[in-house]
Amino acid sequence: MTAGDLFLQQAINGLSLGAMYSLLALGFTLVYGIMELINFSHFNVFMVGAMIAMLTLQAFGLHGQETILTGLPLIGVLLVAFIVAMTVCGFIGVAIERFLLRPLRSVKGPAAMITTIGVSYILFNVVLLTIGTDSKNFPNPLPPITWEIGGAVLRLREILIWVIALVLMGGLTYFVTYTKLGKAMRATAQDPEAARMMGVEVDQVVMSAFFLGSALAGASGMIFGLYYNLAKVDIGFASGLRAFTAAVLGGIGNVPGAMLGGVLIGLIESASGQLVGTAWSDVVIFGILVLVLVFRPAGLLGRLAPNKS
Amino acid sequence: MAETPLLEFKGINTYYGDLHVLKDVDYTIGKGEIISLLGGNACGKSTTMKTIMGVVRAARGTVTYEGQEINGLATSERVRRGIAPVLEARRLFPRMTVYENLEMGAYTQPRGAQFEEDIERVYSLFPRVKERRNQLSGTLSGGEQQMVAIGRALMARPKLICMDEPSMGLSPLFVELVFDTIQTINRQGVSIFMVEQNANMALSIAHRGYVLQSGVVVLSGTAQELRENEMIKQAYLGEMEIEPT
Repeated sequence: MTAGDLFLQQAINGLSLGAMYSLLALGFTLVYGIMELINFSHFNVFMVGAMIAMLTLQAFGLHGQETILTGLPLIGVLLVAFIVAMTVCGFIGVAIERFLLRPLRSVKGPAAMITTIGVSYILFNVVLLTIGTDSKNFPNPLPPITWEIGGAVLRLREILIWVIALVLMGGLTYFVTYTKLGKAMRATAQDPEAARMMGVEVDQVVMSAFFLGSALAGASGMIFGLYYNLAKVDIGFASGLRAFTAAVLGGIGNVPGAMLGGVLIGLIESASGQLVGTAWSDVVIFGILVLVLVFRPAGLLGRLAPNKS
Repeated sequence: MAETPLLEFKGINTYYGDLHVLKDVDYTIGKGEIISLLGGNACGKSTTMKTIMGVVRAARGTVTYEGQEINGLATSERVRRGIAPVLEARRLFPRMTVYENLEMGAYTQPRGAQFEEDIERVYSLFPRVKERRNQLSGTLSGGEQQMVAIGRALMARPKLICMDEPSMGLSPLFVELVFDTIQTINRQGVSIFMVEQNANMALSIAHRGYVLQSGVVVLSGTAQELRENEMIKQAYLGEMEIEPT
């Protein structure tokens, strides 16, 4: 492989990782934008999403990589797994908000954030005790179709991940731009009290943010499984932290920012893995984060919050 | 009074934590009236607005709207029933377009022919708003923002508009325009409850007024009576200065 081929290969890998981080970062940014809450339970909602997707694929009789599907069965199975993972995660998010965070809504200080850390550990331990601590083989029914671009290899898996991510991000963008509830979410993010006085019901908006963010985390969890061919109870922390970094890098609270931040983190991770070794990629990722925050504290696309009077 | 008032405060007491803000406050807003609420800083004017909108709840006393007690009614339901705010310092959604801000004003209203009719009404009242409809509202001048804020309130098909300092930070030309518009809207049958520092202007268009001091209504009467009151002359009219904006 020439240097150019290596670069291209890492760009392909980075875009897939980036798609995963972007979807996960959106959940942080939606919730933060509306409630100014850093939702640490999101880390493990993502992990649960990977597990649910795995269990769904296994329910179709798929184990590991030996069974290959094509055509409609392939599309159908993948679609069902994505929908199940997204729906289950969406409702987990709604339940977390409704029963654990809403009672704390009027409590000032870090109580709500600490609660999300607690919920994260509960999810972690529930999966640990039911599914186990070992690395699971994530079913991958995709046929091994590859294309060669110069010396770089583009797999069908990559195309699938990109298409799913584009469809979901396009759908979310459409939702927040054009629908009534989406506009209410943006208005609430910009001025919660004024939005309320327009007749927006804050509970409905907060619940929608949790549902959408958590559903996207479910999709992201399934992408993790397809990309690495594994699912494990501890995947939430590393991926979640990088996705959170992506949200901050893009400007937390900013939807396009989370998408951009996610793709950048994915590209940085794969490029630094190539250039200085995977062991150093976290150092590079978080080093870049620190630099961006020093020079652009609001993130790449973010705005510093105006002083509210 | 033979007719049921549109909105009535009876013995309202409101607290922020331990701070007793409104103390046994009574207001009456009749149908078709412009009511001006005068008072210095931190006297409870904004709390009055928030209590009307249901963002702050009264600890004691009753708020009645169209003859019904609404103490426990959610803000969204109050808006649906026809109480719309023009908030202090406009409070538009800065990263939404002018059109989207107007849509937010109509949040509790069904979408359809009525919406198109209402938005045309706002455009005919403020041609400038129509010109700016696709611009982000944060890029507008203060006067233009105030037009959008009033238009946004009209989109809720209100019976009562509560205005918090509608002339604040505006040039004299825009102050004139805003007060003219308030009268136009009022003549179309909408009651106006207005908190305003510019007592001179406010009393020139209001039918009646209340003076609030440290959370207590110390004076009320027709606008004429208030304009001629010595205390008002000294405290509110005498010190009138139009600050450069």
